Amino acid sequence: MADDKVVVGKTVLVGSGFSYWRRKISSGFFTALFSSSILVVLLPLILIVGYLFYKGAASVNINFLLHRPAPVGEPGGGMANAIIGSAYVVGIAALIGIPIGLFGGIFLGEFPHAKFSNVVRFVADVLNGTPSIVMGVFAYTVVVLPMKSFSVLAGGFALGIMMIPTVLRTTDEILQTVPNSIREASLALGVPYWRTVLSVILRSAKSGIITGILLAGARVLGETAPLLFTSFNNAFFSYSLTQPISTLPVQIFNYAISPYRDWHRQAWAGALILVLAILIVNLGMRTFSRQKYEHSA
Amino acid sequence: MAVELENAGAVAGPLEVERKSFVRADAVFKVVLGFFAFLVIVLLVWLGIDLYLSSREAFANAGFWNFVKGTTWNPVSQVFGALPFIYGTLVTSFLALLIATPLGIGTAIFLAELAPNWLTRLLQPLVELLAGIPSVIYGLWGIFVLSPLMANVVEPFLQNNFGYLPFFKGYALGIGFLTASLILAIMIVPFIISVSTEVLRTVPVPLKEGMYALGATRWETLKKIALPFARSGILGSIVLALARALGETMAVTMVIGNTPKITESLFQPGYTMAAVIANEFTEATYTSYLSALIAIAFILLLITLIVNAIARWLIWRTTRSL
Repeated sequence: MADDKVVVGKTVLVGSGFSYWRRKISSGFFTALFSSSILVVLLPLILIVGYLFYKGAASVNINFLLHRPAPVGEPGGGMANAIIGSAYVVGIAALIGIPIGLFGGIFLGEFPHAKFSNVVRFVADVLNGTPSIVMGVFAYTVVVLPMKSFSVLAGGFALGIMMIPTVLRTTDEILQTVPNSIREASLALGVPYWRTVLSVILRSAKSGIITGILLAGARVLGETAPLLFTSFNNAFFSYSLTQPISTLPVQIFNYAISPYRDWHRQAWAGALILVLAILIVNLGMRTFSRQKYEHSA
Repeated sequence: MAVELENAGAVAGPLEVERKSFVRADAVFKVVLGFFAFLVIVLLVWLGIDLYLSSREAFANAGFWNFVKGTTWNPVSQVFGALPFIYGTLVTSFLALLIATPLGIGTAIFLAELAPNWLTRLLQPLVELLAGIPSVIYGLWGIFVLSPLMANVVEPFLQNNFGYLPFFKGYALGIGFLTASLILAIMIVPFIISVSTEVLRTVPVPLKEGMYALGATRWETLKKIALPFARSGILGSIVLALARALGETMAVTMVIGNTPKITESLFQPGYTMAAVIANEFTEATYTSYLSALIAIAFILLLITLIVNAIARWLIWRTTRSL
């Protein structure tokens, strides 16, 4: 048959020996197979988010948002101290992660083809894949052991070093998209290079950089493992840098594995608050990155 | 962009002096930036050395290989062997990979090649959301939803139909290797999807168009052009997902049962390297116990470093041309 195979010159390219319909059917079969896999992937997402809202919405109340945990056995209480604690620890993390990530990222973006830049990029990617629990152990030996106490500082250090690779790589990528003409225009006006970078290039890459910072923040906001033995836990409101502090993810974990029904309920409530916070940061990120595309268009 | 007037004025001044100070300032600026970038390398080296030094005591007590090979973990009698944890980590990670790989690649092909643009734009954020959900929430869901489901439905079903296999022997508990692997699979699938989709998008369109012009079907174009072109990148995404699975802590800790035993039955509770660190670190009351836990962290770091390096190399090989 004529449509048995496709021949160019003397080379049989595709489908030799197969009839047209067999090829059509096998193509349709694989298309259906690939299309259905997205459904299987999205199913757990729907189950998890659905169940989270179902359980969480029934458990969040004003007490939960305004009070610290009640003693064991007493019903009620909330996670107010954990919510504040999470913001506190992530804030400290940002102070550590953003400067290193940002300035390192500027170097990579401005000298993208230097051998050194490629090495740093590689190391950052590897660091990004290092298990968060290992970062926690690192923070424990570097901060907790010398200070002889669990502390906000230790938790912030663990999360801070986890923010670096994300901030670094997004800054790097964004700076590489800044058109060279902007750079040259500034230099041609006699502006020194360092001023060009700080007040011209950074300004035009601003929204992309903020997106990267928010992305890094949203990621560490949900981290539990590095905080278990760095910022540890605290049943009270605490604002001291050198004292342990309660954070939302750790509190959810402790309540989830507890035997008390009321704590399980609060774990779901905390989980809902945590996911909502991450969603809000993500939405903010999306508005920023949309601005970026409009800018470059 | 506003270039301030003071700079414009500065240019009109004594040019030579200005130029020299510019050059110096720029050199300092570049060094400062380079220093921050260098800190990233320092961080990784510091991390490795620090963990090694802290775990020396454990390695000195048992010997490195005996520590790795030891099957007994008993803090009370001060015997530390890491094998049950290494076993648990490897079994759950590979099983998770087995489940996640076909789904991830299938979805990536769908998003990159088959779906119309508007659908991709709708679905991709959802996949990213799956990656953004914190581990502890997967664990929470695992304890209260997945684990009962496994104990009451999935595991009895497997036992009734495939009970002759050693993997499906024993009492269906709902917590153990299988549940942990399933949670892990859900968690790592987004990594496979996002990297593979990106890699598939780098396949040059003219190649595909040429294929279609020759009368090839969609599947033939995929099989003979897109997949071979993206092969190394897709492989990279799988290895990247493996690295994630190896280090994943909270969700696994919450559903694996935390029992340092090596069993071939997937229904039985086990333990992973990350999970034992998370559970026992604050309970480590004497230094050799703490050192043994840090030694496990060190081994975990080594494994993930190697796996990550391989993944990055594979991905760079495909996307380097960009």
